Parts: sequence; structure tokens; C-alpha cells
Amino acid sequence: MSKENVLKVENVTMQFGGVIAVDNLNLEVNKGEIVSLIGPNGAGKTTAFNVITGVYAPSNGAVYYKGNKIIQNHPQGKMKKLYHGENPVMYTGHKVLAPTPDKITALGIARTFQNIRLFKSQTVFENILIAKHLRRTSNVFTATFRLNAKEEARMRAEAEELLKIVDLTDVRDELATSLPYGKQRHLEIARALATQPELLLLDEPAAGMNPQETLELTQFIDRIRTEFGLTIFMIEHHMDLVMEISDRIYVLDFGKPIAEGTPEEIRNNPRVIEAYLGGAQDE
Amino acid sequence: MEWITKNLPYLMAGISVGGQYALIAIGYTMVYGILRLINFAHGDIFMVAGLIMVYAVTVMPMPLAIVLVIAATVALGFFVERAAYKPLRSAPRMSVMISAIGVSYLLQNLALYITGGLSQQYPAIPWLSDTVTILGATTKRVTLVTPVLTVALVVVLVLLIKYTKIGMAMRAASRDFETSQLMGIKLNSVISMTFVIGSFLAAIGSMLYFTNYTGVTPTAGAMPGLKAFVAAVFGGIGSIPGAVIGAFIIGICENIIKGLGWTTFSDAFTFALLIVILIAKPTGLFGEKAIDKV
Amino acid sequence: MKKTTKAIWNVGLIAALLILLFLLEQVLPSSSMLFMVLKKGAIYALVAVSMNLLNGFTGLFSLGQAGFMLLGAYTYAILTIPVESRASVYQYFDGGIVQFSIPVPLALIAGGIVAAVFAFLIGLPVLRLKSDYLAIATLGFAEIIRAVFQWDKLGPLTNGSNLLRNFPTFNSVLYPFIVAGICIGLIVLLINSTYGRAFKAIRDDEIAAEAMGINLAHHKQLAFVISSFFAGVSGGLLAMYQTTIQASMFRSSMTYEILLIVVIGGIGSITGSCIGSFLFIACSEWWLRFLDNSNLYIGDFHLTFMRPGFRKVVFSIIIMAIVLFYRKGIMGDREFSIEAVQKFFRKRFKKKQTVEGGSSHE
Repeated sequence: MSKENVLKVENVTMQFGGVIAVDNLNLEVNKGEIVSLIGPNGAGKTTAFNVITGVYAPSNGAVYYKGNKIIQNHPQGKMKKLYHGENPVMYTGHKVLAPTPDKITALGIARTFQNIRLFKSQTVFENILIAKHLRRTSNVFTATFRLNAKEEARMRAEAEELLKIVDLTDVRDELATSLPYGKQRHLEIARALATQPELLLLDEPAAGMNPQETLELTQFIDRIRTEFGLTIFMIEHHMDLVMEISDRIYVLDFGKPIAEGTPEEIRNNPRVIEAYLGGAQDE
Repeated sequence: MEWITKNLPYLMAGISVGGQYALIAIGYTMVYGILRLINFAHGDIFMVAGLIMVYAVTVMPMPLAIVLVIAATVALGFFVERAAYKPLRSAPRMSVMISAIGVSYLLQNLALYITGGLSQQYPAIPWLSDTVTILGATTKRVTLVTPVLTVALVVVLVLLIKYTKIGMAMRAASRDFETSQLMGIKLNSVISMTFVIGSFLAAIGSMLYFTNYTGVTPTAGAMPGLKAFVAAVFGGIGSIPGAVIGAFIIGICENIIKGLGWTTFSDAFTFALLIVILIAKPTGLFGEKAIDKV
Repeated sequence: MKKTTKAIWNVGLIAALLILLFLLEQVLPSSSMLFMVLKKGAIYALVAVSMNLLNGFTGLFSLGQAGFMLLGAYTYAILTIPVESRASVYQYFDGGIVQFSIPVPLALIAGGIVAAVFAFLIGLPVLRLKSDYLAIATLGFAEIIRAVFQWDKLGPLTNGSNLLRNFPTFNSVLYPFIVAGICIGLIVLLINSTYGRAFKAIRDDEIAAEAMGINLAHHKQLAFVISSFFAGVSGGLLAMYQTTIQASMFRSSMTYEILLIVVIGGIGSITGSCIGSFLFIACSEWWLRFLDNSNLYIGDFHLTFMRPGFRKVVFSIIIMAIVLFYRKGIMGDREFSIEAVQKFFRKRFKKKQTVEGGSSHE
């Protein structure tokens, strides 16, 4: 495995009003890796995801994808006065890059959501098919007049293929929201895969799963990584899952990165132990 | 001096209309603050208040008629909320808005049925309708009374919201609907109170407004209603002082435009202003920004 | 059902409907109330479907429909008034500045295009707004358009606040049916295409749709422009039906009526909007007419409360009942189709069979 850099987050700070949710975050994810982002609740993990996927423009900092700068911002307007994070000078004077989430997805970064966001009035199959819309070549006229029949057939075939991979073919025409929780999570991953990503961001994929389901999910994530040649960056609380499949782990506390390393290193890192246990002792 | 006598009437009319819009706008802004609902029927409640006056004076003396108008309008506002909005409390916001449009349609058709579609002569309210002369410009006394009365009512309302228990409950409900319920606030009575206050002010507003016009038609409430809503958005929806300031600005601008001979565009101007505000500063002059959670 | 059999069924049904309408026209006098309802119903069906495309399928709560109909109606009228009648129509404006006329079908399309162009320009700023703000902004735009068209300075083009008349109209009920039918057919094709799926995704969850690579601004703009195009065409048809038009016809109450049709039919159902439209027009213009009759007696008792206007009151109460107690409307978000009907009956039939089967085992 070469050390080719897929995702690089550089000095990213996200401040809402006076509150700093993510504080000068730096991290890298290399090609083919599974990297986990862990930390106590409210540590800013999901906010970091939202910055990487373009939901929020960061207050300061830059994000690179496969060596190209895709997001860059520095404190502007009201934030100029309020900002009390680090390194604003590095990015002032540089061009602001704030693409919308769809542009990020088009580049090859797909995500799932912590609180599952499926298209609730659509069937399982349609949920996946909708994600295929991104890689279309048809325009609204050719699509309306069915001049894209070949492409439509290809999209459907690929969506069926994905259904098979997540083992949901038998519930193909059920409403997506009628599925049990664990299957909804699988469907959300399949939907993300339908956008043909190279980097997959998973936001707490095992939340609410029992140990058996978590084990299956672990195997599933490992399987799609090899099958689709993916790089995976995920937020997770289930330590079994994280320690089992992560190549590297970043630990976030109060928006700040406090540790980085292999599962073994993280397990024995005193700062991490303090962040998790120390906090509990205070309460 | 000549310039003043020529333009003063427009300015005064603007301040007066602004005050009347303000009284309607408060009803919109308070309801929106708590229910996040554009109460499309509010302008029609205002129109109904005008019609009640028309019919009331034919059977009773003016002071009694005024009391009846206020009482009946308040009752109508209360009833509309209970009948058309309360059953939809847990429904999507769009359903409630459609229900409001339905109520508006119903009230207009009801008015059409009762009036037979003819414009009804609004009675002259003694003292208010008298003519007075200031700086060489003649006007009705209502023009002078409106801004004073409006400001007085708004001050009372703001004090009410700041210092009474029900006022505190209203503020809590508009900040966080669900949590306030958990804190033991009786949401339904708070919402009813909001409609009662809104309708009370609309009733006062209707007396001031229609005194300036010859008649009441079934659609007479639609335009002032929409403009008052624009005023509420302009001032920052949910903010009472904002709605009042917005209403005065819109009333004055509208009449200046009329004075310039662009009467066709006085309505269009209000909406153009609305769109500019929504695009430039969607939260209005005094509104607060909310961040979407993902 | 196979695709081809389905297509044959649909074509057959449409042909049967058109033949039925044709025969009706031969049999009934052309002044019959039925034709009035059918003509206006078809036109309103088109505009209701176009509104449903926005409100029901893309989740954009827009209230600008009357404004776009106005644009379509005016464009149609201005472009089709015969050159020789222009002097009399534009009598206050020296015959107006447009001194040519184009064929009717082209003018209808032109009406749609003008509405679409305006929608594009309006959409750039307002489509960023959230639900009810979008509603009020689009309502505002419709009002602005109405004011502008009544402006004297534009008189040579729009005839100011005076009537536009003498443009070509239609006699046969088949005309609005065919035009509206083609347009609704196009909308159905769009909704069932990959773009339609993207619209529904935006309606269900904007954030998820965006994360799946659907460009929100682009797709909302697309839905808005397409919806307005068809509203424009229906405006042209309405002009043909009314024979004269005036900007003051296109008030916000018109938009409210269309919205209520969509709600009655079911938000998110094309066939629902069509059924809702015919029912709405039939009730408001025809079936409830007897309520306006002030000379009704039950025995010796004079029903004094029945007089002009009572019909509309009863009608609005019915609508409120639907809005409050039957929120899904007639169709909900389902569609009426041969398949659905078959399924419905098969289910009933099967249920009976299994019940019988169950009892025979005992």
C-alpha cells in the first residue's frame, strides 16, 4: 500500500458565534486506509465531517482531496472580530473555496449521517437509484423524452447490483423507512456507494446496533473497502469496531486533536485515557 | 412652506397608515414567533372587524358598537385558532398554512354572502372622523390619533410581555416550543392569548383604518394584511418593536410613492421591499439568526 | 402488467375519453354547463399539476402561479390579436406597438417561454429562501407583475388596465383537453425520469439530497422554471376560454384556489390534481348552484338563507373540512391507474378467498 494522501485537513477551525466546535484540526487519511475519529460526545467530530463535506464553510483552514485544495476559508465579516482560534493569518489573502456538498460528492467523497437520513417516501431501490443521478450524462430534455434509455437501464442495473451487495434485494420495493434500524444503516452506506466515491465518510455507522450486528458491520466495511478500492474515514463510539478495523485513529476532545496513532498506541495513550475516564471521574 | 403644505398630507397619511399596519403586523409577528405560521386569515379577521362595525351601528349606539366590535373580533380570532389551527398542531407546517389560506377563503366568501358583494359604507366615528387643519393641511383627526394610540398600545403590550406571567410564557414558547411545554407552560392557553391580543389590535386597527376609507368590501383585508405581514418580516419576524418600525417605514414609503404619482406601484413597492429584505437580510432588522442542525 | 400492455391500455383510455367528449359535443347543446366545467376544469388541471410539480414533488412552497398565468395569458393575447383589430383593442394607445400576429400554437408556447424566463430571473434570488418565506416572496412577485402590467406607460404593449380581446378562442372542449393532456403527459414523463427522482429526493430531505450530489440550486431552479412554463401555457388557454383578459383577474385568490385544488386532489398526486380540478370547478360553478337560488321552498317554508353567495360559503366549509379532517386529499400521494385499480380489486378478491379457504379447513 503506497502512502498516497487522499484527504488532508489543515488547521481547520470551526467557530459558531463565540463557541469553537473544532479547534485547529490537522489530520491525514491515506489511500486504502480505514481511519477512525473518536472522542467524547460534543468533541466536534460531526462538525469536522460537516466541514469536510461542505455543509459548513470552516471559519479558518483548508481541506485537500488527493493533493488538490478543495476548501479554504479565513475569518470574514462578523467572524473577523469574533474569531479567537489559531492561524488565521495563514489563509487571509488566499482565495476562499466553499463548494456546496454536491460538488464535494461529485469529486468522490460520499458520506452517511449520524441520524440516518434516507429519502422517506421512496423505496429501498429508489433510494439507491436517486444517488445514481449524480453520474448521469443526460439533461432534462433527453431524460424527459426517454432518449437516455441506455443510461437509465445501466443506472438501474448498477443499483440492483448494490442492493445485492448489501443483501437488501428481497426488500427492494419496501419503503426505506420501514426497514429495521440496522438495515437502514446498510442501505445508507449502499446509497453513498452509488455515487461512486473513492473516500467514504461514515458517521457512527454502528450507532444503536447490538454486538452481533456490529460484528457483521465490521466485516461488511472491511469487505466494501477491498471490493470498491475505498478509503474510509469514520466516526465511531463502539470501541470493538474501532480497534478491530482501524489502521489509525485520531482522538478529539473539546474540538482539539489530542492523540493520533495505531489502535495499540491509542489504547495506551494516557491523554486519551484521561479524556475518556478523567471526565467521568469529575462527574 | 409651500413644499411642506404640498407634501405634508402624504407624510401624515403615511404615518397614520403605518400605525394601522403596525397594529395588524403585531398579530402576524406574535403568531409567527410562536407557531411559525403565516396567519393568512389575519387580514380577513381585520376585514370582518370592519363589517361588524358596519352592521353594529345600525342597531346600537356607537360606544356600544365599539365594544362589540372588539369583543366579537377577539372571539373570532380565538375561535379560528381553536377550530382551524389547533387540530393541526402536530401536522407539517405547510398543512397549517394551507388551513390558514382556507380560513381566509371562508371568511371572504362569508363576507361576500352577507354583504351581497357590495361595498358597505363605513360609519363615521364621531371625533375621530372630524376634520382638522395643521400647517395649512386639512386631514381627519384619526390621522393624528393613530400614531399616538399605536405607540401607546405597543408600549403597554411590550410591558405586558416583559412583566406578566403570561408574557413570560409567550417569550418562552417563541424561543423553544417543545421545551417550554416540558417546563409546564400551558401551550394552548399561551397560543390562544396570542390570538386574542392579535385580534384585539386588529379590531382597533380596523376602526382607525376604515375611518379613512369609504367602504368595506370582502377583500378589503387582503392587501393591508399582506402589507402588515411584509412589515413584520421587514422588522424581523417575532420582534414586536421591529414590526412597528417596519410598518411605519412601509406606510410612509407607500404614501410618498403615491405623492410622486406612482400609485400603481405603491403595492408593488411593498413587495419589492420584501424581496430585497429577504435576500439581503432574511432575519429582518431585529430578527435573530438560527443555525440549521445537520 | 407488461409495459406494452400498459401503454396500450393508456392509449385506449385516452382515445375513448376523447371520442366520448366528441360524441357529447354532438348530442348536447354547446351552452351546456357540462362543457363549461370540462373546459375550465382541463385548464385548471394543467395549472394544478404544474403547481403540484413544485409543491408536491419538489417540496417548494410557491404561491406565484397566478403571476405566471398572467404572463402566459398576456403573451398569448398580445401575440395573437389580428392586426386589423389592434386599432380597436388598443384604442387608447394608437393601436399598440405590436403590429403582427403569430399562429395560436406558437403563441401558447411563447406564453410558456415568457413565464419560464421570468421564473428563471425570479428564481435566482428567491429559491434560496426557506418554505414560508419562499411562499410569501413568490406571492409578492405575482403582485408586482400584476401591478406592472396595469401600468399606463406599458399601455402600448399591455393595454394598461384595459381589457385585451378579439384574440382567437376555442369552441370545442377537445382543444383544452388535448393541449392540457399533452402538457400533463410531459410533466408525468419528467416526474418519472431521473430528474423527477431527484426532485422527490429534495422534497424528502434536502441535506441528504445534496450529500448525494444533487445540486439544489440547479434542480430547484429547473422545477421552478418548468412549472412556470406550464402555468404560462395554462394562462394562454385560460385567455382563450375567457375570451377577454385583464391583469386584475390574476389575483392571489386565484393562486389560493389552485392550491386548494392541489390539496383536495392530494399533494404529490398528478391524477389527484386532475380529479380535484374537475371536482372543484364542477362544485363551485355548477353542482352547488342551486344554493344560490333565493326562491327555494321546503313545503311552505321559504329558505331565506339561500341567496347568491351561499354556494361559495358552503363550498369553503367543505374545503375546510377536507383541509382539517382529510388532510391527504382524494388520492394522497398515490396515482390512479389501471394497475392500481386491478390491484385494489385483486386484493379484495383475494382476501375473500383466503377467508373462505380458511373456513373450509375447519
